[in-house]
Amino acid sequence: MGKQKRSEMNRRTFLKTAGVAAGATVLTGIPGILAAQKPPAYPKGTKLHMLQWINFIPDGDKVFVAQAAEFGKQMGVEVVVERIGMNDVRLKVTSSVEAKSGPDIALIPNNLAHLYTEALINVSDVAEAIGKQQGGYYEFAKANAFSGGRWIAVPQFVYSWAWNYREDWFKEEGIAKFPETWDEFRAVGKKLKAKGRPIGQCFGHSENDPNNYLYALIWCFGGMEVEKDGKTVIIDKKGTLEAIKFNTACWKEAFDEGGLTWDDASNNRAFLAGSLSITGNSPSIYIAARTKFPEIYKVMNHAPMPKGPAGRFYQLPSLNAGVFKYSKNQKLAKEFIRWYMDKKQYAEWFHVMDTFAIPPTKEWYNDPVWMKDPKCTVFRDNILDARVIGYAGPPGKKATEVLAKYIVVDMFVKAIQGATPEEALKWGATEMRKIYGA
Amino acid sequence: MNWSKATRRERKEWTFAFLLLTPALFMLVVFVFYPFLKGLWLSVIDKEIARPGVFIGLKNFIKLWNDEIFQRTAQNTILYTIAATILKLGIGMVVALLLNQIIKFKRIIRASMLLPWIVPTVLSTLAWKWMFDPTFSVINFFLFHLGMINKQVSWLGGPVIALTSVIIVNAWRGMPFFAITLLAGLQTINPALYEAAAIDGASGWQRFWNVTWPLLMPVTMVVVLFSVIMTFADFQLVYILTGGGPANSTHLFATYAYQIGIATGKISEGAAASLAMFPFLFLVVIFQLWYIRRGEEVKEKVKRK
Repeated sequence: MGKQKRSEMNRRTFLKTAGVAAGATVLTGIPGILAAQKPPAYPKGTKLHMLQWINFIPDGDKVFVAQAAEFGKQMGVEVVVERIGMNDVRLKVTSSVEAKSGPDIALIPNNLAHLYTEALINVSDVAEAIGKQQGGYYEFAKANAFSGGRWIAVPQFVYSWAWNYREDWFKEEGIAKFPETWDEFRAVGKKLKAKGRPIGQCFGHSENDPNNYLYALIWCFGGMEVEKDGKTVIIDKKGTLEAIKFNTACWKEAFDEGGLTWDDASNNRAFLAGSLSITGNSPSIYIAARTKFPEIYKVMNHAPMPKGPAGRFYQLPSLNAGVFKYSKNQKLAKEFIRWYMDKKQYAEWFHVMDTFAIPPTKEWYNDPVWMKDPKCTVFRDNILDARVIGYAGPPGKKATEVLAKYIVVDMFVKAIQGATPEEALKWGATEMRKIYGA
Repeated sequence: MNWSKATRRERKEWTFAFLLLTPALFMLVVFVFYPFLKGLWLSVIDKEIARPGVFIGLKNFIKLWNDEIFQRTAQNTILYTIAATILKLGIGMVVALLLNQIIKFKRIIRASMLLPWIVPTVLSTLAWKWMFDPTFSVINFFLFHLGMINKQVSWLGGPVIALTSVIIVNAWRGMPFFAITLLAGLQTINPALYEAAAIDGASGWQRFWNVTWPLLMPVTMVVVLFSVIMTFADFQLVYILTGGGPANSTHLFATYAYQIGIATGKISEGAAASLAMFPFLFLVVIFQLWYIRRGEEVKEKVKRK
C-alpha cells in the first residue's frame, strides 16, 4: 500500500513537473528551452523572412528589428525583417501568395487576412497561448484575425485614434471642452471655420483616414452595412441617411474643402502647418509635433469620438501577423511570433510605440504608459468601442470589396458634390447589394 | 522570299537575319504574348486570390458591363484620351513648327523641350501632386498673389476639375513626343513647295493647311496612334494624382483594374477590366492603319498618272 502510494506520488509529481515544464515553455517561450541547454533545432543557414510596414514611429521599428536579431541569435538562424511602405504591403502580399514564394510572415493590415485565408496556416496554438498569458483578446482584435473556426493571423496591435484639436483656439472661442455630441461638433466647427480654422478630414481614396471617420459616423448614427447573417444589406434602413445629411451640412459649414483630394498624410501635414483646428488621427501627429513642431505640441490635445444617437464607435486599422502556407519555415515562424508577442518583448515594443499601438489583449489596459501623458489616456478605450467593417456581418471578402471600392466613402462624397442624400444613399445601397448579392 | 529558288548566299542571309531577330522574338513571347494569354485565361475564370478558379465564360465581362463604376471608367478613359490627344497634337504641332524655324541654340532648346517626356513619370507626377495640393499649391500661391483668386482652388477636388487637371498633366508629359516626331516629319518637306505656294500668294495658314498638313499626315497618324494607345492604357499618372477619385471621376481602365484585382483580391475580374481596353484599341489601330493605307493608295494613283 505504502509502496503504491509512493509510486503514485512519484507519477503524480512527475506529471506535475512535466506539466509545469510544458506550461513554462508555453509561458516563457523558446528561450526557456534554450536555457535548458538543448541543441539548436534549426539547420545552419535557415533564414526567416518577415514583411512589414515602415512604422510611423521609427523607434518602434528599431526595437522590433533589434528583437528580431536577438531571436535569431538565440535560435541560431537569420531573421530578415523587410520593411516597405504601407501602401505596398498589400501588393507584395498578393504577388507572394500568387507566386507561392516570398516572405514567411507578413504583417497584414486590417481585415485583409480574411481575403488570404486559403493561403495562411492555422496559428491558433500561438494565438491562444498569447491570449491565455495576457488576459484574453478584445473581440475587435480577434475578429480581424479569426475565420472559419481558426486563427489565421496573430494580432500585433490596433491603431489608436482620436480627434486631435487645438486647445488654444478652443480657449479663444470660449469653448471649454471638446464637443460630446455631433451637433456640438458641427457648431464648434462652424465657429472655427469662420475664423479660417476649419476641421479637416480626408475624403479621398486612401487607405485608412476616410474609412476611420465615415464608417464610425454611420455607426454613431445607428446605421450599419448588413445584418448579422452577413448577407442582407441594411445600409439604407436607418441611421445612414442622417449621417450623410449631417456630414453634408457639416462639410459646408465646418470642413476644409481640400479634403476631397487628401490622402492619409495630408491631414497630418495640414494640422502641423497650423491650418486645421480639428482632425481625426492616430497619435502620429502628436508624436511628430513633440520633436518637430513644439509650439503645436504644447497647444494640442486629444478627445474621443462624439456620441451619436446609437452611441460612440470607432473603425480602427490593425496589423496582424500571418504565416503563409508556402513557407518552408512555418514552425520557426510561429516560434518567432510567439516570442515577440511574449510579455517581455512585447512590453518593450509597446512602450516605445507610446500609445500609438493598442495591444490586442486585455492585460495591458492598466499599463502605466497610458497614464504617462494625460493627453493620451483617451486612446486606450478606443478598442472597447471598435467595430469591424461589414458590421454586423463578418469582415470577410464581401465587406472588403465594399471597402476597396470605397462605396461608403463615395456615398458621402457624392452627397457633398451635389447629389441629394437620398440619391447618394440609394447609389451606395445598390452597389452594396450587387456585391452581397441580396 | 522563295527558299527553294534562293541562292546559298541569300539563304545564309535570311538565316542570319532570323537569328538576329530571335532575342526580340523571345522578349515578345515572354513579356507580351505569355502575359496576354495568361490574362485572357484569367478573365474567363473566377479566380480570387489564394484560390484557383473555374471556367465561367464571359461572366466577368457581363458583370463589368453592368457595373456603374466600370461604365464611368470607360467614359473617363475615352474622354481623357480624346482630350489629351487633341491637346498634345495641337500644342505639339505648334512647338514643332516653331522649332523648325529656330536656328540659334537649336540643340539646347530641343533638348529642354523634351524634358517632360524624359523625366520619369512617377517623379514628375509627384511634383504635380504637390502643385495641386489644396493647402500647399504653388499654383494657388501665384494666382492668389496676382489677385486672380481669393480662395484655395482644389485642383483635384471635383469630378470635372480633377479630370481636367489630370488631362493637363498628361498633355504636359506627352507633348514633347508629338513635337519631336512632327519636327522630324517637317524636316522631310521640300522647302521648294513652300516657296511655290508663297509665290502663288498663299498666306501662312494656307501654306500650313495645304502643304504642311497633308504631307505630314502619315507621320501624324503614326504618332497619334502610338499616343492613343499609351494614353488609353495610362496608369501611373492617375494612380499617383488621384487614385481614381474623387468618387471614381478619374478612374481609367488600368487604375480600376488594379483596384479590383489587388485591393479586392478578385484577380479574374481585374484581368477582365484591363482586357476591356483591347477592343477599343484594336478598333483604333484598324481605323488608323486603314487611313494610312488609303493615303498611300491615293499617292500611288497620283504617281501613276
